[in-house]
Order: sequence, then C-alpha cells, then structure tokens
Amino acid sequence: MNIRDEVLRIIAEQAVLDPKDVSPEMAPSDLGIDSLGLVEAIFAIEETFDVSVPFNANDPSASDFDISTVGAIIKAVEGLVAEKAAAEG
Amino acid sequence: MKRVVITGAGTVNALGLSVAETFDAFREGRSGITALDFRDVDRLSIRIGGQIHNWEPEAHFNRQQIVLYDRFTQFTLLAARQAVEQSGLDFRGKYGLESGVVLGTAAGGVNTWDDNYRTVYEEGKNRVHPFVVPKLMNNAAASHVGMEYSLRGPTFTVATACASSNHAMGLAFQMVRSGMAPAMITGGSEAMLCFGGIKAWEGLRVMSKDACRPFSANRNGMVQGEGAAVFVFEEMKHAKARGAEILAEVVGFAMTSDASDIVMPSMQGAERAITGALKDAGLNPEQIGYINAHGTGTAANDKTECAAVAHAFGPHADRLMMSSTKSMHGHLIGGTGAVELLACILALREGVIAPTIGYEEPDPECALDIVPNVAREAKVDAVLSNAFAFGGLNAVLALRKV
Repeated sequence: MNIRDEVLRIIAEQAVLDPKDVSPEMAPSDLGIDSLGLVEAIFAIEETFDVSVPFNANDPSASDFDISTVGAIIKAVEGLVAEKAAAEG
Repeated sequence: MKRVVITGAGTVNALGLSVAETFDAFREGRSGITALDFRDVDRLSIRIGGQIHNWEPEAHFNRQQIVLYDRFTQFTLLAARQAVEQSGLDFRGKYGLESGVVLGTAAGGVNTWDDNYRTVYEEGKNRVHPFVVPKLMNNAAASHVGMEYSLRGPTFTVATACASSNHAMGLAFQMVRSGMAPAMITGGSEAMLCFGGIKAWEGLRVMSKDACRPFSANRNGMVQGEGAAVFVFEEMKHAKARGAEILAEVVGFAMTSDASDIVMPSMQGAERAITGALKDAGLNPEQIGYINAHGTGTAANDKTECAAVAHAFGPHADRLMMSSTKSMHGHLIGGTGAVELLACILALREGVIAPTIGYEEPDPECALDIVPNVAREAKVDAVLSNAFAFGGLNAVLALRKV
C-alpha cells in the first residue's frame, strides 16, 4: 500500500475533492477541513494503517503529530507506519 | 406570575454522597477526579474521571428495585430522597396531583446498554434480562421519582446533551412561575462512566488524560464525571406559609440555539442566553456577583465562554467572579448543570465562591476572575449558571438570595 496515495485519498474524501487536486503544500484549512473533519480524517488514517495517531483536538499544534500541511501529515503517517513495522520486527 | 424558591436539595457525585459533603469539597477546593475503575478500562486511552467509587446500591435499594434501576436512576433517587426530605413536602394528597418531575440526562441508562450489548455481541448470548428497556429509557429516573413520592402532574425528561439539567430546571421554574404546577422536582443525572461510554467520547479527542484545568492556558480537555443533583422548586407563598427553609430564589431562565455547528460553540449564542436570563430575571448585569461557568476545560468552550461573558457584561465582567467546578466533580454531561447549581446555592447562602482548581497558567483569552484554586469568601446577591451543549443549545439560569 502506497502511504502517500492513501493519505491523499483520505484527505481528498474529507475535502470532497479529487485526490489529484490535493497537493502536499496545502494546509487542511485551505481544503475547507474543519476540526471535526480533521478528527474524522485521523480516524480514517488509524483504521487504514492500523496505527494510533497522537492527536488532541484541544490543541492540535501541541500534538506530536504534525498536521500543518498535507505533506506533513503524509510524513508523520510514514513515521508511524515505520515505527509499527520496527516494533513488530 | 408566581415567585419560585428552592426548598430542597440533594446530590450524589464524586465529591460526596450529600450536599454537605459536596459543599465541603467546594470550600476545600478538593478534586474528586481519580483513576477510573470498571471492566475493560485497560482498553481505554482515557482512564480518569469523577467516578463514585464507594457506590453500594444494596445500601439504598432492595433487590426488586435494583433490577429495575440503572445506575443513573439510582443516583437520581438518592438525590431526590435528600431533596424531598429537606423540603418536608408530602405529595401523596391533592398537592401531588399537579406537582411533577422534570429531569435532565443526556444518555440515560448507558450502563444497561453497555452490559447488554456485551452479553449479546461479545458473549454471544441470545437472551437478555426482561427489564432492559424499562431500565435504560431516558425517562426511567423521572418516572421512578414520581412513583416514589406520588407526583402525578407534568413529568418528563429533557435530553440536550450538556445542557439537559439546565433546560430541565428552567422548564420546572417556568411551570411553577406560571402556576401550572405548585411544586416541581427537578435536576438531572448521568452515569456514562463505563467502557462504551468513555470509548465513544475518546473518538472526539477532546478528553484530557491527566486533569481538568478550565481557563488555564495549558488546559487539554474535559474530564467526565457521574452522579446526580435534584431540587425541589416550590411556589414562594406556599413555602413561606408553611415556614419552609428557603435555599434560594430562581428568578430567570433563557435558552438559545446557535444553529451553526454540531460541536463548536458560538459566542453569540452563549451571549444571547446570558442576556436573556438577566432580562427574564429583571436583573441588571451589575447585580450579578458570581457565574458558575460551563468551563469544560476544552480550548474551544473556555475562550468562547469568556468572550460571551465579556460581551454580555461589558466593564462589569472584570468585577464579577466566574468559576468552573467541573475541575472538581468532572463534567456530568446531562447532570452537570444540576450539580453546578449547588455551587450557586453555596455562594448565595454562605458567601463562599467555589474555586476553579487545577489552574496553572493564565490564558489571555480567558482573562476574567476565575477564582483560581482556592475558594473565596464574598457576599453575592445574584448569580448565573451557564450550560452550553453540543448541538449549539444554550441554557442559563439566574438565582437570587432570599
């Protein structure tokens, strides 16, 4: 499974856009994704990759998980998937 | 229009199993938030709450009652027993024909749902106890209170999430004020601290893993509580004629809807409820000495609530006190406004302002006097109690000293 494509698909679905119209430098707010949309996208990421995303909606910027842009989210998910693979040996 | 007074109060919550114990905790600024203890808690990421750990239904109810009473009904009945006893009222005759019960709960018998879903889904059993439905229904508590005390007038349950109790008490107030009922039993209850209850809330990612710190810059979410508070609202002349002890007068109520977002609060909706309650009570903003805040400890609520109070009160916002007692008993969701009304009664009757505990860092967006960490002695003559629910539903009550 290509992580980048899957994350783009999840975010595009939340933004009601075609995945090819979503690019890494965009911020969730640029795509019209509000806090509730972000929480739902993170749930989809957890379900898709079977990982736990450290994210508190009270203060998204304080979480370890960087959600500032689509590219940052892809990078963070790649990190979580790599950590999981390492933990499972 | 009749005047409405409170002549009885009762509660069970994480701070104690009576009004006196709850008042002591408010005076001491004591937290009732502890490690949660129930089945499958190890599968949760949120493991703290205002849980009633020493709850023994067998100490209060017989076997036949316990099979019919979900935990939220048990809490309600014990709180109602204290309130009715304190009031000294007897509803068994004609007086009970028009007196009724309006209670708030967001979710009713959550433990009953949870236990029985576990039975059929996890354990694969194909049969559940015959009383599952009458036990879990949201109106079970109101009906059992009515049966216990022979209240045969208007009786129902209000479910408006975190504003349920304030809506319930507001309606009870209006019924007594209009002459529709001579007295009403009112308040609310919640018992959502079980695996399914907390698991659902975890999904929203608005819960704190360590503490409820309302208005503090480092707040990181809400902490749930459980319990009930129940009051007797009575027509004032009737209460005076029989020489009843009056705890406070209920003078105003207003409710508004944001009609904008299912979870994010609106400053305008909250402000309109606050100014509406003042108008209904015939109070000037300058007469309000204390506000029991909704103060959930989430980023969104606390800054929106402070902005709403600042707008509604103008310069007086800097002179009044506002605290969130959720820092001590947790957020009782549909029961929260009822437990918080106790802090209003404590302020009016004893001149003690319950503190906002867990306060660590000032937040420029919450720059009001939130009575940090330590209770304060102050004479107040009129108070407000705020509740702002998911769904954008706002309900504010106004009380005055008698």
